Amino acid sequence: MLVNLGYGAVFITALLCLYSIGAAVYGVQRKQAVWVDSARNAMLLIFPLLSLAALSLVIQLVTSHFEVAFVAEVTSRAMPTYLKATAWWGGQAGSLLFWAWLMSAFTSAVTLRKWERDREFLPWVIVVGMVTLGFFLFLILAFENPFARLWALPSGRVEAHMFAPQGATLFIPRDGNGLNPLLRHPGMIIHPPMLYLGFVAFVIPYAFAIAALITGRTDDRWIRLTRRWALWAWLFLSLGLILGARWAYDVLGWGGYWGWDPVEISAFMPWLSGTAFVHSVMIQEKRGMLKHWNMILIITTYALVIFGTFLTRSGVLSSVHAFAQSEIGPAFFLFIGLTFLASMSLLFWRWNSLKANNQMTSFLSREALFMLNNVVFMGILVICFWGVIFPLISELVTGQKVTVGPPFYERATAPLFVVMLLLMGIAPLSAWRHSTAKTLGRAMWKPFVVSLLAPILAFAGGIRLWAALLTFWLAAFVAAVTLYEFWRGAQARSRRHAEPLPVALWKLAGRNRRRYGGYLIHLGVVLMSIGIIGIEVFQTETQRTIPQGGEITLGAYTMKYDSLAIFDTADNRNAARAVVSVYKNGEYVGELHPRRDFFYDSQQSMTIPGVRSTWEDDFYVLLVDWLPVTAEGATFKVFHNPLVNWVWFGGLVFILGTLVAAWPERETESAAVTAWQPGGVHATGD
Amino acid sequence: MENKANRAKFIIGGVLIVAAIVYLIVSSTRASAQYFLTIDEMLQRGSEVVGRDLRISGAVIGDTIQYDPQALTLTFEVASVPGDNAEVEAQGGLAAVLHQAVIDPNRPRVKVVYNDVKPDLLRDEAQAIMTGKLGEDGIFYAEELLLKCPTKYEEAVPQQTNQ
Repeated sequence: MLVNLGYGAVFITALLCLYSIGAAVYGVQRKQAVWVDSARNAMLLIFPLLSLAALSLVIQLVTSHFEVAFVAEVTSRAMPTYLKATAWWGGQAGSLLFWAWLMSAFTSAVTLRKWERDREFLPWVIVVGMVTLGFFLFLILAFENPFARLWALPSGRVEAHMFAPQGATLFIPRDGNGLNPLLRHPGMIIHPPMLYLGFVAFVIPYAFAIAALITGRTDDRWIRLTRRWALWAWLFLSLGLILGARWAYDVLGWGGYWGWDPVEISAFMPWLSGTAFVHSVMIQEKRGMLKHWNMILIITTYALVIFGTFLTRSGVLSSVHAFAQSEIGPAFFLFIGLTFLASMSLLFWRWNSLKANNQMTSFLSREALFMLNNVVFMGILVICFWGVIFPLISELVTGQKVTVGPPFYERATAPLFVVMLLLMGIAPLSAWRHSTAKTLGRAMWKPFVVSLLAPILAFAGGIRLWAALLTFWLAAFVAAVTLYEFWRGAQARSRRHAEPLPVALWKLAGRNRRRYGGYLIHLGVVLMSIGIIGIEVFQTETQRTIPQGGEITLGAYTMKYDSLAIFDTADNRNAARAVVSVYKNGEYVGELHPRRDFFYDSQQSMTIPGVRSTWEDDFYVLLVDWLPVTAEGATFKVFHNPLVNWVWFGGLVFILGTLVAAWPERETESAAVTAWQPGGVHATGD
Repeated sequence: MENKANRAKFIIGGVLIVAAIVYLIVSSTRASAQYFLTIDEMLQRGSEVVGRDLRISGAVIGDTIQYDPQALTLTFEVASVPGDNAEVEAQGGLAAVLHQAVIDPNRPRVKVVYNDVKPDLLRDEAQAIMTGKLGEDGIFYAEELLLKCPTKYEEAVPQQTNQ
């Protein structure tokens, strides 16, 4: 039986986890490398074993074995095969296994690297990886078993158990509930894996940080070893967030992409501390400062990763994402609390060996501005965390549950986002150690003057909102500074090496991937912020019921309701699909097909907007309701979303920049090795 | 000497930033706090909470859902459910609690008016989580409506094959 095979594999993996932890610790204490090697070998067995478990679950899903409770819960016969397979992470039990499987892949990958120079880290990296993995396996075995089958008890009740209860017979539903229709979207198929990849990948830098604390090798070796891991983790997390936003825009039909929902925030929080981390490790590499801070950041990120996994997978907070509920909450809290306390205790134990090699002297130096950037990210993080836990706190203190909604987050974080943009414009021009207003001003005045064009043009275009004007200026400022940096660097190189400018630019970026990748990321943020201002400040909407041939006008756009067809589709849904013609300034620009599908298996409907998307704006039409018999009248909700495409384009640039920064770089890897010395300032990199 | 002055400079700067963030949090919390009440609690407090920003949750009673697409007015009734997760679990999970709330005629109920598009998930025994205000007329005027539909294995029972 496949379920027994899968369950058995998870069980054996859990035992191997325990063995691996024990062998690694024993090996260190006895100073016997053979035990550490044994732990490593046990760890390498885990990935194939969990792959076996995963494979048996996916086969059950694809072949519709509805006697397996998880299969019945997330799939139905009518679903296409690729959706059945990816329903693996569509429910709680499956996604825990998915998490564990990814974790095992990453720990295996990290164990396979060459360890000659870092042998003392190995056992502790194994321990941290295995403790984390073991926790998830424990959850699977004790609470959320995706292999549990449905049994009809003699009393007539149907319950999910791994093994047959006394006198029970196997219960096979004729069809499953089917995946929530809202999740049947390409964005939703890759969004959770991306988030999870990001979550899991951040465990690796954390494991090295803990290994550094335990072994006392508290120089920046752990950072150099894991900086690429951290960037990849950050890349996946960013991609997951962007895809999630796109999914919300395409599927949830409220015309927006980000609702400050607790679950969104729980994925956003590790991203915030991770962003602070990828910035501030550079200061430790360059200047040997902020060593405690980097430890705190990675420990916080790890805790938030687990917290994020927990929030998405428990019913503790009400949210549109609450697709899953269960009793794994206390276990999660206990695990987060224990690992956080243990990590912090280790940090305090090693506090004195993490003294900075240098001191900050100038407010405008690069390191001070980086520090400020960190404070801003952590400030946003604290605001988010406060908002998420405020209901729990208020209930504890006053007995009255009080929540805060999106206005809280928008109001509190907006000034910090503004400071963040400003820093993005100033920091690349400031010097390490020491900068004054004068030197900065000299470096900055050209891009500054150019950037003033943006608010002037916007003002001339009729925009009077100061918040929008300010943001447009900031966006233009960051863009100007960044492009100016590209140009300056390329020009200098072109002169030095007598290369044509484009070649010089290409080679320059290739030699300094992290720096120029980072600038590309900044440009991505600029583009996104233009889109965000567009939709946040200038979005308009209207809704009306109109007869066939009727029109709705919104701004420059007019939509005409042409017809409505209601039909059944092959995958077991009933679709109502309207045809509307769109006119812009009286000119016909195309046809849209907003629709509403009703899924028979899950008895739920799904609204699919019709969107005309251009660089200037999106015209977004929702079919809300219709008169069923005559199809003569229908209700539409219409949004005009200016500039929203820049959010997605900016996201693309952002990801591209991260790829550039994270791409393996042979030369500087060896350079980093030679530069390894406490506080060493090396010449390569940025 | 210079070291100390330098340190003080950064400490003062840091304190100012932290103070600014704390101010942002406190003032924004004040400006947008919503009281989370069960329907039971809301009705008991009555006039005391009229006009306040509230967040309530209840079980949707399917028979009462009325939608006027012309005016985009959605009305329905919700029955009180416990607000505490532990309590919900003790009573057999969310699905069971919602079912009980809907079939129990003695459960406190409140009428909800929502002026917007009818959400896809609105149906009998769904959990409605709403923010809005309680009117003098005893009707809850929702500004935001979230819905949750728990999955249940019990639904599969009538579909059993002959095995």
